[in-house]
Amino acid sequence: MGAPIVSFTQVSKRYPGGYEALKNVSFSVEPGELLFITGHSGAGKSTLLKLIAAIERATTGVVLVAGQNVSALRGAAIPFLRRNLGLVFQDQKLLYDRSAFDNVMLPLIVTGHPWRDAARRARAALDKVGLLERERANPITLSGGEQQRLCIARAVVNRPNILLADEPTASLDAEYADAIVEMFRSFNQVGVTVLIATHDDRAIRKLQPRVLTLHQGGVA
Amino acid sequence: MIGWLRHHWLSFAQTARRLAANPLASLLNALAIGVALTLPLGGYVLLVSLQHFAGSAATEARISVFLAQDATRAEIAKVQAQLRATPGVRSVEFIGRDAALAGLKRTPGIAEVVATLRENPLPDALVVTLAARDVELAQRLAQQFGKLQKVAHVQADSAWVQRINSLVGFGRTAVLLTAALLAFALVTVTFNTIRLQILTQRTEIEVGKLVGATDSYIRRPFFYLGALQGALGGLAAWAIVDLGIVLLNRDLTDLSALYSVDLRLQLLDSVDGLAVLAFAASLGWLGAFASVSRHLHQIEPS
Repeated sequence: MGAPIVSFTQVSKRYPGGYEALKNVSFSVEPGELLFITGHSGAGKSTLLKLIAAIERATTGVVLVAGQNVSALRGAAIPFLRRNLGLVFQDQKLLYDRSAFDNVMLPLIVTGHPWRDAARRARAALDKVGLLERERANPITLSGGEQQRLCIARAVVNRPNILLADEPTASLDAEYADAIVEMFRSFNQVGVTVLIATHDDRAIRKLQPRVLTLHQGGVA
Repeated sequence: MIGWLRHHWLSFAQTARRLAANPLASLLNALAIGVALTLPLGGYVLLVSLQHFAGSAATEARISVFLAQDATRAEIAKVQAQLRATPGVRSVEFIGRDAALAGLKRTPGIAEVVATLRENPLPDALVVTLAARDVELAQRLAQQFGKLQKVAHVQADSAWVQRINSLVGFGRTAVLLTAALLAFALVTVTFNTIRLQILTQRTEIEVGKLVGATDSYIRRPFFYLGALQGALGGLAAWAIVDLGIVLLNRDLTDLSALYSVDLRLQLLDSVDGLAVLAFAASLGWLGAFASVSRHLHQIEPS
């Protein structure tokens, strides 16, 4: 086993006001691993993912992502950390003033990717999540499942090393949820490290992945 | 490098589209800035025209030296020689009282009055043309000439030029003060517009940060927006001032004919106009910069 791609060492996160979302969490993830993080709502799953993406900073402890100490990262370095991450979050944050295609293009435009190549990649990503024929549609006209797939396309379009998903199957029918879980598995099979926070037991039973269970902010 | 240029172009195009998507709001903003800029700009145009008018009216600096009625030919010749010998004097012309009266008789309206006179009341005069148009020198020489023997009265034609000049100096200070105040207003207006725009684009900013956009990438469109809005305001001011000049000049034509002087206001030339655009654009950029520095860091993905 090589160096872990994500590692938490005695990480705690206390929010202003005293609420302690994570207590002394330590774990590590090898490159290419598929890890499910489970636990009740409020157990700290979302906070854990946010610490990896530097959306939140750890109060104590060390969060290493691809060898970088995220908790000590300068603000100016954060964009470059996030370019290696694909994020699929609960509130999808799609932009409703542009087409599905333009939403997927965004990560590539932000990194100054040549347009022609970016467009090709965006179409490939849309194709992978089965939305190629809807590329001109405004995201608001898409169903909940389709919007979730659009988020996944946006998350994978710049070929990140690590894919983080927070409750990607919540509020979806079982059938749609299975399709989404299957998508994450296929990304994992081509070498992407995938971390999914969920309390969807069906997916866990189906994939039999490694599971990290959180209970009241600590590793159970 | 090409990617960077293309990104600048994309930001600019996006900004322009955003302005075009809200034509009424953009137009009103541009007009508000334009009206604010019109005041100092209009004042500047008036000053330039006034200076131009003063300059063209006083093409030569001249001093009229009127001689005493009892001065003899020899005394006049002596004064004339003294004047010629003074440094700064280019030429001295003698205008006899008879020639002066004849000149008056040719002036319409005055001829009738002159005809009623029984004897010529005019003095002999020497008209001194100075080598340079220097108002201070003219004043000094006029005083000096007044002390010569057999000189009754000295009149420096440049006296009113000096008055206009000091008036222009006063006007310039007033224009600068208004310009400074309204420049501040422009920065404030932009500050607020950009703040609203940042709030409107909150989600877009959050998503941009999540997918790895750098701060300068996120700031750039707002800088363009501020600068573009300022430039549009400058354009509006240019148009308003030129329109005003055209309208005023129509009335001034009649006045010019009455006084037989050139009293037209000058339209802004392209150098002045472009300077106004650049000035307004920089102020807009400044307002955007202040607003972005103040508000953008408050928006972080959560």
